[in-house]
Amino acid sequence: MNRNRPSAWDAVQLIGSGLLVAFLLLPIVALVVTLRWSDFLEGLHNPLLGPALRLSLVTTGSSLTIVVVLGTMLAYWIARHPGPLSRWMEAVSQLPAVIPPAVAGVGLLLAFGRRGLLGSWLAAHGIGLAFTTPAVVMAEAFVSAPFFVQAAIASFRRLDDNLLVVARTLGASPFRVFLRVALPLAGPGLFAGAAMSWARSLGEFGATLLFAGNLTGRTQTLPLAVYTAMESDLRAAQALSLVMVAFAFAVLLLLRRIAPGTPLPATQVDRA
Amino acid sequence: MLELHVARRIGTLELSVDLQLDRETIVVAGPNGAGKSSLLRLLLGVLRPQRGRIALDGRVLFDATAALDVPVEQRQLGYVPQDYALFPHLDVLENVTFGLRPLSRIERLRRATSWLERLGVAHLSRRLPGQLSGGERQRVALARALAREPRALLLDEPFASLDPLARRQVRHALRGWLRDWRLPALIVSHDPADAILGDRIAVLESGRIVQQGTADELRRSPASEFVAGLLDAAPPADGVQP
Repeated sequence: MNRNRPSAWDAVQLIGSGLLVAFLLLPIVALVVTLRWSDFLEGLHNPLLGPALRLSLVTTGSSLTIVVVLGTMLAYWIARHPGPLSRWMEAVSQLPAVIPPAVAGVGLLLAFGRRGLLGSWLAAHGIGLAFTTPAVVMAEAFVSAPFFVQAAIASFRRLDDNLLVVARTLGASPFRVFLRVALPLAGPGLFAGAAMSWARSLGEFGATLLFAGNLTGRTQTLPLAVYTAMESDLRAAQALSLVMVAFAFAVLLLLRRIAPGTPLPATQVDRA
Repeated sequence: MLELHVARRIGTLELSVDLQLDRETIVVAGPNGAGKSSLLRLLLGVLRPQRGRIALDGRVLFDATAALDVPVEQRQLGYVPQDYALFPHLDVLENVTFGLRPLSRIERLRRATSWLERLGVAHLSRRLPGQLSGGERQRVALARALAREPRALLLDEPFASLDPLARRQVRHALRGWLRDWRLPALIVSHDPADAILGDRIAVLESGRIVQQGTADELRRSPASEFVAGLLDAAPPADGVQP
C-alpha cells in the first residue's frame, strides 16, 4: 500500500483551504487590477488624500506612542503580579478587541462627549474633546491597545524569573532591572505587538466616525477619506485605498527589517 | 556570619528553618519539594518570611517584629541559580560588569576581568552566554556574583545543568574555590554527591532541618532514612572521587 497516497480528508482540506485563501486574496487583487494607472495617478491628486494621509500619520503616531508607553507599564505589571487584580486588569485591557468599533465610538462619546460621564466635567473646564483631532487619537488608542498589551504581556511572561532576581542581587533597582533586562529581552515581542497595534489604528473607522466625526484636515483619517470619496467617485476611493495598503505594507516591512520576527498583518478591516 | 531564623507557609509546606553560618560552606540537602529553593528565595528577599529574622555580619536584613525588610539589591548576597541566569543579550564581560555600577568604568573592567581570569574564563569575555558550555556558564555566573564582593554566596543546585563528567570536574574546582574564598556559602542540592562541598550538611525535609553536622557525624548517626541514604550515596569527604 502506498502510504503517501493523499486521502479524501487531504483533498477536502485542500479545497477548503484554497477557498478561504482565494476569498481573502480576491478583494486585494481586485483593488489592484481593476484600476488603470492613469486613474490611480488622478486619484493621487484627490484633494482628500494629502490632509487625510498627514492626519493618519500624526494620529496613529500619537496613539501608538500612548499605547506603547502606558501599555508597556500595564503589561509588565500584569506579568509580574499574578493574582485576581491583574487577571481583572488583563480582561479589561482585552475588552476593546471584542467590542464592535461603532459601539466603542458610542461609549467614547458617552464618556468624553460634552454630556458624557467625564466629558461634562471637562466641558465645565473649557475642554471639549469630541469631534477634535485628540478624539481621533483616543478612538485609535482605544481600539488598538489590546493588540499591543496582549503581545507585551506574553513577552514579559516568557522572561525567566531568575534573570530578574539575579539582576536585583547584582544591585539593580526594580526600575533598572526593567530597563536593562526585561525591556531588551522582551523587545522583539513588543515590536511585533506595536506593529499589530499600529496597523489596527491605521484602519480604524467606526469609533472615529462616531466620536470624532469626518472633518477634512481635523478628523478625517485615511479610512474616512476612502469612505467620503466612495460617495462621489469610486476610482478616487480605490486610489486612496491602494495608497493606504501600500503605506501599511511599507511601514510593516520596515519594522520587520528593524525587528525580524514581526508578523505582517494586512491592513485591518474595520468591523464597524 | 549569616544568621537565619525564618518561617513561612508555602502552599501546604510549613517552612521553618534555623541556620547559622560562619565563614564556611553549608550544603542544604533534601528531597525535591522539601523547601530548598524557597529557603533561598526567603534569604534573597524575593519571598517574605511570615516570622523570623535574618542577619548578615551583624546587619539585620529582615526582622518580622521590627517590620524591617532590606530590598534584594541591598542585601549584599551573591546568588547563582540552577540555570545560572546569565543575561543572554549581554556578553560575558557585560554580564560581570552589570553588578559593578557604582565603580568607575575602568575599575569595573579591571575587577570583572580579574574575576574572569581567576575562574579561567577571561578568554571568553566577548562571547554571548548562548555560545558557552554549561561549565563555562557556571564560571561566568560565579565571577559575576563574586565580583561584587558579596558577604555571602548562595548557590542553587550548582551542577544540575551539567553533564556527569563536567559535574565531577567542576565540583572539584568549586570545592577548592570555596575553601579559598572563605565566604559564608549556602549550597542547596538534592544530589548526594554535592555533600562533599560543605564543611557541614544540613538536611531539609518537609520544610524543617532534621539534622545538621559534618558528613562523618551524619554518617555515624543518621536521623532519618533520607539522611542515611544521602550519605550512602555520597563519596567520603576526602575520598578518591573528585
